[in-house]
Amino acid sequence: MITPASETYLLTRAEQPGSHTIEVFKRLGGYAAIEKVLKQGISRSDVTTEVKNSGLRGRGGAGFPTGLKWTFMPDPEKDPRTRYMAVNADESEPGTCKDRVLMREDPHGLIEGCLLAAYAMQLSAVYIYVRGEYRVPYDRLQAAIDEARAANLVGENILGTDFSCEIHMHKGAGAYICGEETGLMESLEGKRGHPRPKPPFPAGFGLWGQPTTVNNVESIFNVPFIINKGAQWFRGMGTEASPGNFLCGISGHVNRPGIYEVPLGISAETILNEYAGGVWKGRKLKGWFPGGSSTGILPAEMISTAMDHDSIKGVGSMFGTGAMIILDETACTVRASRVLAHFYDHESCGQCSQCREGTQWLYQIFARIEAGKGEVGDLEALERISKQMAPGKTICALADAAAIPTLAVLRHFHDELEAHIREGCCPLRSKGEGGQSQSAQEVHA
Amino acid sequence: MALTDALKSEFEELVKKYPQRRAGLIPALHRCQEDLGGWISPEIMEDLAEFFELEPIEVYGVASFYPMFKLRPQGKHVIGICENVACDLRGSDEIIDQVCKLTGAPDGGTSADGKFTVERLQCQGACTTAPMFDLDGVYHEELDADKVAAILGELQ
Repeated sequence: MITPASETYLLTRAEQPGSHTIEVFKRLGGYAAIEKVLKQGISRSDVTTEVKNSGLRGRGGAGFPTGLKWTFMPDPEKDPRTRYMAVNADESEPGTCKDRVLMREDPHGLIEGCLLAAYAMQLSAVYIYVRGEYRVPYDRLQAAIDEARAANLVGENILGTDFSCEIHMHKGAGAYICGEETGLMESLEGKRGHPRPKPPFPAGFGLWGQPTTVNNVESIFNVPFIINKGAQWFRGMGTEASPGNFLCGISGHVNRPGIYEVPLGISAETILNEYAGGVWKGRKLKGWFPGGSSTGILPAEMISTAMDHDSIKGVGSMFGTGAMIILDETACTVRASRVLAHFYDHESCGQCSQCREGTQWLYQIFARIEAGKGEVGDLEALERISKQMAPGKTICALADAAAIPTLAVLRHFHDELEAHIREGCCPLRSKGEGGQSQSAQEVHA
Repeated sequence: MALTDALKSEFEELVKKYPQRRAGLIPALHRCQEDLGGWISPEIMEDLAEFFELEPIEVYGVASFYPMFKLRPQGKHVIGICENVACDLRGSDEIIDQVCKLTGAPDGGTSADGKFTVERLQCQGACTTAPMFDLDGVYHEELDADKVAAILGELQ
């Protein structure tokens, strides 16, 4: 029995046939928010204030308040430079696949959000940076922009007013680091996706050196609902510090993996058991990532934690993208750590030595522990290297994303790691409990 | 000249989206790879350098940074299998073994007949429908042995 969220809105349209077309979108109330703003002459600052008052926090991983971010853009009276927004649709945090669904099934919802952001921040253009592998979402968005242009909703003098805005699609090419906002901007400029040191922040020096705001797809997608129904309505869902609903992608060892719309503050246990049908094959829960692979793994006994920024932080992890990855009792945490350490090694851009070298060492050490060749002192080495990589020691947070989950697995699954080294193999497999089939040696021979 | 006139005129339109010409480089690399044989040859990089008013090494620097750009010829069909954690938990290693067996391609290489290239990919954003692979640019999700056999069977 599913306990219904107080109200749902993010996926309501997406469930209707033809939801990606302008006809269905408008029939379901789409473009009402931008029309209301333009026709009623609601001021630009009132739009920003409404978003700020809603308490909407960025859904891309950092949880920064969206409206507050908008206010960092310089006053155009004093700073006449061209102003941009880049929508971060480079969704590539392991476990995360919510933006893909929004863009594929409800592309006009994102476009309407872009228009409101463009109006509020007086932007001249918006670039939607979609990861290159998302071909269907890209094509759906491009078709939606074309439809919106034909309906005088994109381009010059939108709906006969003096508001004009261009929305351009841009395709990435498979680099995780381009999901980092300054790496994304470098990539959009046609360069290697090397993150920039901050400061200067994007609002002062962004795309092509101009004032720029970078927002996640789901964050922008929330904006038309907030403008239509008001900040107070939005605050009626979720928690005081983390209002609204979010899309929780739940993957791994569950009966019904999927993307579920739930209010912030719902317990992780409710999502796991009532939405995702519980741990699969009648097995017990071993551990879970609360918000993508860059958020430290938590043990089974913490599954009753509420899914919101403060609660997850309170148990020593991060809310991240809200993408839960579930490990059952047969999963090997050394193997999962090796898979992820390999990922961060592969994706490090190589600018900072702590990250370039550190991710490689973490991978090598996890691989040898998994292969039964762990050495005394390896766990101390993992901890020492991680603490040399993070927090905040590099240009961007990729090193933190590799190091902090390493410290989490050491904290919560120390015994299992130690048993691998002591027994020279996976303790789960040696006990004949099944586990996973292939050793790291075979994988990387 | 590897770059066709059709692509060049397409790229002239493309660069109008941006205040600086160079921003069109990554989308242009995609179009070249799609239309000109499935990989980015040194000749393509030289032509793109000329088009974008860059040094060839700058184009190489960009092309080699992004995993989607292939700097060597690929098989007729390219199968990229996600090996990241959500897929790994749902058995992607077995999918990789099966695909290699059925195609005759080594893990991370091309079959002797040039028909198939198999590669491991990082997270593709199909975690709730894991395991998955990308076959010639199309996602196939919720894979199991029967489904893989059926999909690859159609290519034989």
